[in-house]
Amino acid sequence: MRAEAPGTAGGLRRRPRLAILSAAAALFGAAVVGMGAGAVQIPATDVLSWALFRLGLAIPPADPMVDAVLTQVRAPRVLMGALAGAGLAAAGVLMQAFFRNPLADPALIGVSTGGALGAVAVIVLGAGPLAGLVAALGPESLAAAAFLGSLGTTLVVYTLARRDGMVDVTTMLLAGIAVNAIAGAGIGLLTFLATDTQLRSLTFWTLGSLSAAGWPALVSVVLPVAAVLAAIPLLSRPLNALLLGDAEALHLGVPVETVKRLLLVLTSVAAGAVVAAIGVVGFVGLIAPHFARLLVGPDHRVMLPLAVVLGALLLLVADTAARTLVVPAELPLGVLTALAGGPLFLWLLRRSRGVAFRA
Amino acid sequence: MPDPLLAVSGLVVRRGGATLVDGVSFGLHAGEVVALVGPNGAGKSSCLRAISGEWTPSAGEIRILGQQLSRWPRRALAARMAVMPQAAHLGFDFLVEEVVALGRLPHHRRGAPAADRAAVDRALAAMRLEALRARRYLTLSGGERQRVHLARALAQADGPERPSLILLDEPTSALDLASQQAALGAARRRADAGDGVLAVLHDLNLAAVFADRLIVLRAGRLVAEGPPGRLIAAGAVAQWYGCQVETATTASGRIATLPAAAS
Repeated sequence: MRAEAPGTAGGLRRRPRLAILSAAAALFGAAVVGMGAGAVQIPATDVLSWALFRLGLAIPPADPMVDAVLTQVRAPRVLMGALAGAGLAAAGVLMQAFFRNPLADPALIGVSTGGALGAVAVIVLGAGPLAGLVAALGPESLAAAAFLGSLGTTLVVYTLARRDGMVDVTTMLLAGIAVNAIAGAGIGLLTFLATDTQLRSLTFWTLGSLSAAGWPALVSVVLPVAAVLAAIPLLSRPLNALLLGDAEALHLGVPVETVKRLLLVLTSVAAGAVVAAIGVVGFVGLIAPHFARLLVGPDHRVMLPLAVVLGALLLLVADTAARTLVVPAELPLGVLTALAGGPLFLWLLRRSRGVAFRA
Repeated sequence: MPDPLLAVSGLVVRRGGATLVDGVSFGLHAGEVVALVGPNGAGKSSCLRAISGEWTPSAGEIRILGQQLSRWPRRALAARMAVMPQAAHLGFDFLVEEVVALGRLPHHRRGAPAADRAAVDRALAAMRLEALRARRYLTLSGGERQRVHLARALAQADGPERPSLILLDEPTSALDLASQQAALGAARRRADAGDGVLAVLHDLNLAAVFADRLIVLRAGRLVAEGPPGRLIAAGAVAQWYGCQVETATTASGRIATLPAAAS
């Protein structure tokens, strides 16, 4: 990782466009592989000709079953994986800038669990005590509850971890543990109260899965994630300034309070929408930004788009692995991302401690 | 006479029940380097924080180029006033030149990347950071980081509209002799070119070499103001700091202040 001359940047850092293009190409490849893999193996050429057909550029596939599998099952799932990964990575980057700390992750500090609590509450109590709320929020009540749960937990963790305008990492992580535990207990209690039918849809939230991904679920994720991604070009420079500190950003002319409020909302929208659709999947918001920084540095103008593409790639690959490794069963997606992300996080924690002491 | 670059009148700063700055008034004109000096806790940094807009004054008035501070649009102000804080904590691994380029943020809407690059180059050169420009920030020493943030402030104050006001809070606290000279020399040159510099300094010798004027604060009040040579020679330093000092005049006629060997 540090093969270059000590302290001097090199490689892709000077060629960020190459990094983004390579990641995008890898994402395309992973999508084709993901579309082809599964109980029915479909060769890449067939996947590509199907895609051309769906774009209105080619004749329909010879086998109608191929079209059905790709259109009904795999396409929404692959798209959901990519979108959710992009959303989680964006939420991770925004949250890290908000906390001025590269270790913040929506799942790690309880924001995802808070979102899941909101969603679970609507599932279990939606017909009972929360019926009024569900009626008021309409068909998107699940996503709205997840958003509110995410926003609430972000506010709690931020308020607790903030001291003199600085966010204390230790407090942030400890507050995250506590918030995770409290929200987890809430989910546990609701699980206890749940009926058998509700229970089946609940297990899915805690470990995360794309198995429920279909076109309708996809629609409820596209808009929030697209909204967050659309804000990226406007936010990159203020985010860079924010990394210096609130006062420094103010001196650089950034409307700090407005930007931070916006970050809070965008993070909660992205994390909440993804949690509402696929449950709690940890570490994507940590791993994708981390590798993006490693490749092109922390400048959000290049790092943020790269992190989004890497997040999409990461979740897509993880989901393809989750559903093909132990056929016919499916591994829980959250388990896979935690297996990859947990050790990385421990390593980062150790490394960042060294940096803090040297400062 | 044009409006002074900075005019502070009757400034009072109270925080958490304590009065940190108590009725301070002074002005700073374009072309001047003014050093804010005084013992620890005298209110120097609090003064600077109020002037930079980070803290809202409890009473009094601050005007930049004749216009009240609170009436300046944030971004327009940032294009004319650069601030180097006492300690900057940056935990992300930017390159040195990227950190300096962050100072160009208030000028970006003008859309002149060549001007930005030129300003960054000038600031790097002024702080003798050319050799470090592609280094990763987190691999730098404390003094090197301080020079980077000073360069960032210089790049920020290098906008198309002048004069600019440069506020420096203990810019030399972690610097070696050569870097102190580079830092305050750069500030001096910027003032000579028409900008204004207000710097909190602890080192009276540096203040005597580089500043046109000293403003001495003690317990939140302004206790003396004037050219450093005259003020220091008048023998009031011991009184400001509450300790025994010795002063001497160098061969070139500059005044040096040393703490007495024992008290």
